[in-house]
Amino acid sequence: MNFDFKYMFEIIPELLTYVPVTLYIAIASMIIAVIIAIFLSLILVNRTPVLHQLALIYISFFRGTPPLVQLLMIYFGLPQLLPSFNSITAMTAAILAFSLNVSAYLAEIFRAGLESVDKGQAEAALTTGMTYPQALKSIILPQAARNAIPATGNTFLGLLKNTSLAFTVGVTELLAQGKLLATATLHFFEAYMAVALIYWGLTALYSWLQSWYEKKISKAYVREV
Amino acid sequence: MIKVSNLQKSYKSNQVLKGISFHVDEGEVVAIIGPSGSGKSTLLRCLNFLEKPNEGHIEIGGIFVDTAKATKKEIHQLRLQTSMVFQHYNLFKNITALKNVAHPLRVTKKLDKKKAEEIGRHLLEQVGLSNKADHYPISLSGGQQQRVGIARALAVNPNAILFDEPTSSLDPEWVGEVLRVISRIADKEKTMIIVTHEMNFAREVADRVIFMDDGFIVEQGTPEEVFDYPANDRTKKFLRDYQRQITGKTDNKMEKFAIV
Repeated sequence: MNFDFKYMFEIIPELLTYVPVTLYIAIASMIIAVIIAIFLSLILVNRTPVLHQLALIYISFFRGTPPLVQLLMIYFGLPQLLPSFNSITAMTAAILAFSLNVSAYLAEIFRAGLESVDKGQAEAALTTGMTYPQALKSIILPQAARNAIPATGNTFLGLLKNTSLAFTVGVTELLAQGKLLATATLHFFEAYMAVALIYWGLTALYSWLQSWYEKKISKAYVREV
Repeated sequence: MIKVSNLQKSYKSNQVLKGISFHVDEGEVVAIIGPSGSGKSTLLRCLNFLEKPNEGHIEIGGIFVDTAKATKKEIHQLRLQTSMVFQHYNLFKNITALKNVAHPLRVTKKLDKKKAEEIGRHLLEQVGLSNKADHYPISLSGGQQQRVGIARALAVNPNAILFDEPTSSLDPEWVGEVLRVISRIADKEKTMIIVTHEMNFAREVADRVIFMDDGFIVEQGTPEEVFDYPANDRTKKFLRDYQRQITGKTDNKMEKFAIV
């Protein structure tokens, strides 16, 4: 077997310098997606006329088509339709595509989270004189968030790995650098294995962070002895 | 204080309230009794628009609302006039007992944290729960949760407090402590409407008793009038059935003790 362990470990430090790019795409996309998804889920829960139907179409499209196709449409397709997108960078296109894609998944997760909060919570808030937005902010969203966090975390893991698609439009992130090293040295397996190990490490680290956080915010829901 | 006229509420073809009119004076305690499905809870929930009435007028503490064409702002104004104690407590699960009482004050009355929590602690003391201030609802018993619920309802200092079957989902052992807390508030001249299945409690605490059946107010009067000298046949039947059920329960208990 021709497998150069030494080479694989040697290139890891160099690959690690691209982790910030990967994390930047993932985290920026996630933040934008969460904001979009909160609005979408509120529209879904309240069945706001017109907006509700539009939201359903949006969600259906972005969940029903491959993220790579969406990325290509945005990076190469949008400038053709709208000249003002001519100067869009590959990085911006990637973040935009992933934000839209992930927001569609999150919208459904947040909707389920909101619906899992007992209706009595909002009723109680209203009877104390709070308005619905006030009840949402301090009572309903925190409880919905707790219910939604496990599934949201799964979606983030998917996003973290999908950022590798950005290399197809020319963003030099983790996978792109791995491919560069692989073709330069012909150590394909070693290079891609090193890339895989780094993704694995990132996702493992994230999973650990999430379970710590889940425990932390569960404090209110665990009976004290 | 509270004036309701011709209140109607339907769920699709099922009319639950068929034109309810009544009034409650300031400081008066009114108990609403009646069989399940008679519309008692719906009536109470229409007063703060947790259910939207189809027709009728509601006036509470100087706020007058034509329910058929109430605006968001009017509904909010009306809600500020009352607070509610729920059958299932509905404490905010994500915050402590103290914050359950104090948080609404911070949001709706813009009090600072210190002032709101001072009021919160004082009210928790009144319901006998000073030592549970920092506990989350899940670690409180049903009776304790309901007492926090009462403190929360008192905190916003409304014109009237609405009690929606406050002891119906409590284990029997906790009913007494909750009823005692409610009686204490009643003694302080707070305007209250209480939907309840506890007839003895209604008799003891209420200034006036309203008997509802099938979406109508069938009979109302002082506790003595309604409980001792009911005029309407439906009231008589309801009270007779209630008596039978209570004595039946006692028999069951005796049997249990016999086995033990």
